[in-house]
Amino acid sequence: MKISGAEIIIESLKREGVKHIFGYPGGVVLNIFDALYDNKDIQLILTRHEQGAIHAADGYARATGKAGVALVTSGPGATNTVTGIATASMDSIPLVVFSGQVPTMLIGNDAFQEADIVGITRPCTKYNYLVKDVNDLSRIIKEAFHIATTGRPGPVLIDLPKDVTSFKTEFTWPELDMRSYKPTYEGNKWMISQAAHSIAKAKKPLIIAGGGVVSSGASKELRELAEYTEIPVTMTLMGLGGFPGTHALSLGMLGMHGTYYANKAVQESDLLIAIGMRFDDRVTGKVEAFAPHAKIVHIDIDPTSIRKNIRVDVPIVGDVKRVLTALNKVLKDEVKEQWGEVRKAWLRQLDDWKAERPLTYTWSDEVIKPQFVVEKIYELTKGDAIITTEVGQNQMWAAQFYKFDKPRTWLSSGGLGTMGYGFPAAIGAQLAFPNKLVIDIAGDGSIQMNIQELATAVINKLPVKVAIINNRYLGMVRQWQELFFGARYSHTKLDESVPDFVKIAEAYGAVGMRATRPDEVETVLKEAFKIKRTVFMDFVVDWKEKVYPMVPAGAPIDHMLFEEPEKKPEKKLKAVK
Amino acid sequence: MRHTISVLVENKFGVLSRVSGLFSGRGYNIESLSVGETIDPRVSVMTIVTTGDDQIIEQITKQLNKLIDVIKVTDMKDLEHVEREMVLVKVAPKQEDKAEVLNITEIFRGRIVDSSQKTYIIEITGDEKKIEAFIELVKPMGIKEFVRTGKVAIAREGVKKK
Repeated sequence: MKISGAEIIIESLKREGVKHIFGYPGGVVLNIFDALYDNKDIQLILTRHEQGAIHAADGYARATGKAGVALVTSGPGATNTVTGIATASMDSIPLVVFSGQVPTMLIGNDAFQEADIVGITRPCTKYNYLVKDVNDLSRIIKEAFHIATTGRPGPVLIDLPKDVTSFKTEFTWPELDMRSYKPTYEGNKWMISQAAHSIAKAKKPLIIAGGGVVSSGASKELRELAEYTEIPVTMTLMGLGGFPGTHALSLGMLGMHGTYYANKAVQESDLLIAIGMRFDDRVTGKVEAFAPHAKIVHIDIDPTSIRKNIRVDVPIVGDVKRVLTALNKVLKDEVKEQWGEVRKAWLRQLDDWKAERPLTYTWSDEVIKPQFVVEKIYELTKGDAIITTEVGQNQMWAAQFYKFDKPRTWLSSGGLGTMGYGFPAAIGAQLAFPNKLVIDIAGDGSIQMNIQELATAVINKLPVKVAIINNRYLGMVRQWQELFFGARYSHTKLDESVPDFVKIAEAYGAVGMRATRPDEVETVLKEAFKIKRTVFMDFVVDWKEKVYPMVPAGAPIDHMLFEEPEKKPEKKLKAVK
Repeated sequence: MRHTISVLVENKFGVLSRVSGLFSGRGYNIESLSVGETIDPRVSVMTIVTTGDDQIIEQITKQLNKLIDVIKVTDMKDLEHVEREMVLVKVAPKQEDKAEVLNITEIFRGRIVDSSQKTYIIEITGDEKKIEAFIELVKPMGIKEFVRTGKVAIAREGVKKK
C-alpha cells in the first residue's frame, strides 16, 4: 500500500520509539500536522515559540538519553531553532529536527517563508539532510536517529519540502548501510594498558570527568575506577552528576568558577585522567599554564577532542563506558597495585585545601543570598530532583551549591551558554518524567527569554518549578563590569523594568510566589514543591552578590579571586585578554 | 609546513561546502583544492593543499574524518606519491620573443593549445616547481593571464616512504 511522505514520517518515528515531539505548525508542514491529528502513538507538544520547542526536545534528550524530536515549519520556524540546535551541538545532545521547506520546485526562488536551513545549520549540526525524493525518506530518518544517538551524539536536521510530504510511495524500513560513518567504540588495548601503568606510578593523580561520562552511561564504571584506585574526581560543568557530588572523592567542579581545591589539584597533579571532556577554555584557563606537572591520559569518543587544545600523553579514542570497563579490568588483573599508602599524602593535601577554602558566602539576616536559595533547594529535595538552569550567575551557583549524585539530573547549556534554555528544557524533562520534581534555577534576565513557554507548561499540566534568582541585573555581566570595567554597569541594570513575575505566572494560569526575606525562602519552596502545578518563585536577592571563586578569563586556573570584601578586589584587578 | 591531503568523499551535493565550511569555520587555510569523480561514480576525490604545524594538520585530518560524508583521508606526506598540476598560460609575446616562447614551451614539454594573431595558450603539466619555473621564465615576455587546476596527487604502489 502506498502512503504519503507525511505518513512515512509518522511510521518511521513510531519505529524509532518516539512518543513525544515538540513543535509548531506552519504552511509547509500542514501535511505532517494533519497526519498527526488522528495519531494516538505520538503526542505533539505545541510550544509557544520554536526556540521553546528545540530546547524542550533538548531537555527531554538530556533527561532520558534518547533523541529529542522537534518539528517546525520553513523559514522563520526553522531559523528560530538555530540557537537550540547550536546549543545541542556544543553539548553533544542527540536531537532530530524536522523542518518544513518550500516545495522542491520553488527551492532557490526566494519563495515565501523560504530559508536555506540546511546551509544555515551545516556548521552546528552533526549532519543534515534535504529530502528530495520521498523514496529516500524512511532511510534518511533511520540514518538521522542513528547518527544523532551514536558516536559523539549531536543534532541532525531533516529538511522536508512540502511536496515530498504529500507524494506517495511504498513504505520500507531499510537496513543501515553507512560506509563513511563508523565511530570507534573500543579503546586501543596498548594505550589502555599504558594508562593503567601510569595510574600505578602516579603519586598525585586526578580524574576530570566530563559530559561524555553522562552520555555514555559510564557513572558506575567511573565510580569503580575512582574507588578502586582512590583517585579524586573533579567534574566539568557538563560532567556534574557523572560522579556523585557527595562522594568523599568528589572535588566538585573545576575551572573558571570551580572549587579552589579542584583547581589546585589540577595544577599540582602528576597524572590527569580526562574522561569524556574536551578541555574547554572555561576549564583550562591559560592553556600554557594548565596542569604543568601532569602527564595526561585523555579518553574521548571524538578523536578531534584529543590534542585540540592540550598536549596529551596517552590518547584513547573510544566509548567512555567500554574504555573504563577495560581499564578497570587491566588495573585489577595486571597491575594489582596497593594504593593505600601512596594516596594518603595526596588525599590529605586535598583535605587541607578543602578546609583552607571551602565554597562559602556571607550570610545575611536582612537580604536573601542567592547561594542560600540553591542550598535550600538542595536541602529540601535531598538532591532528588532534575535541575535545569538558565545561563549566568544562576547557573554557576546551581553548579556550585547543589550536589548532583545521579547522571541526567543536571540539564544546563554548557558550551553555547544559552540564556532562555532552562525553562523549556525543564518542560521537556517534566514531560519525560511526570512524577519527578523538575526545577529550573533561573535569573530574572534569562527567564524573560522564553517566558512564553508558561502557556505550554500550564496547558499540559506540567508541574515545573521555576526558582528565579532575581537580582534585577544581568548579573554575570554585571559581575565582570564590576571587576574589570570599573563598575560601569553598561546596559546590565534591569531594575524597575523587571516585571512582576507573580502576576505574569498568574496571568498564564500558573502559580506565582515571592520571597523577599531569608526566613521566607524555605516556606515558599516547601509550598511550591507541594503544589502539583506550574509555579514561578520570585526570590528577590542581594544584587551585589558575585560568583566566587573566579578565575579571570585567560589567567591560569589557580589564579583565583575569592570573596574578600575588605580587600576591595575590584581595585586590584584587570581584565586578562 | 605544506601538506597535500587526499579526501575520498561520497559524491553527493553539499559535500564540498561541508569540507570548505570546515576549513573556513575553524580558520584553516586552503591553498588549492580540486575535486573529481573516481573509478566509482558514487565517490569523489578531493585533493586539498593546506599549510599548518603538526597540531593543525592533525586537527584538519581528524576533523575531515569526522565529517559523515568523508570515507577516507590520506595525508600524502606519509606516502611516496606523485603530484601534478596543470596550468593554462595565455602569453602575448613581442614578435622577437615568439621563438623563445616556443622554445621554452618545448623544453618544458608543454603544448600550444591555441594561438591567435597576438597570443598563444600554452598547456604545462608538472609539479609545482616546474609550473612556477615556467611562469617565471615566460613572465618577462608578457603573460596576459593564467589559470591553474590546483594539485592532484596519487600514492605510488609498492614503495615505502623512506
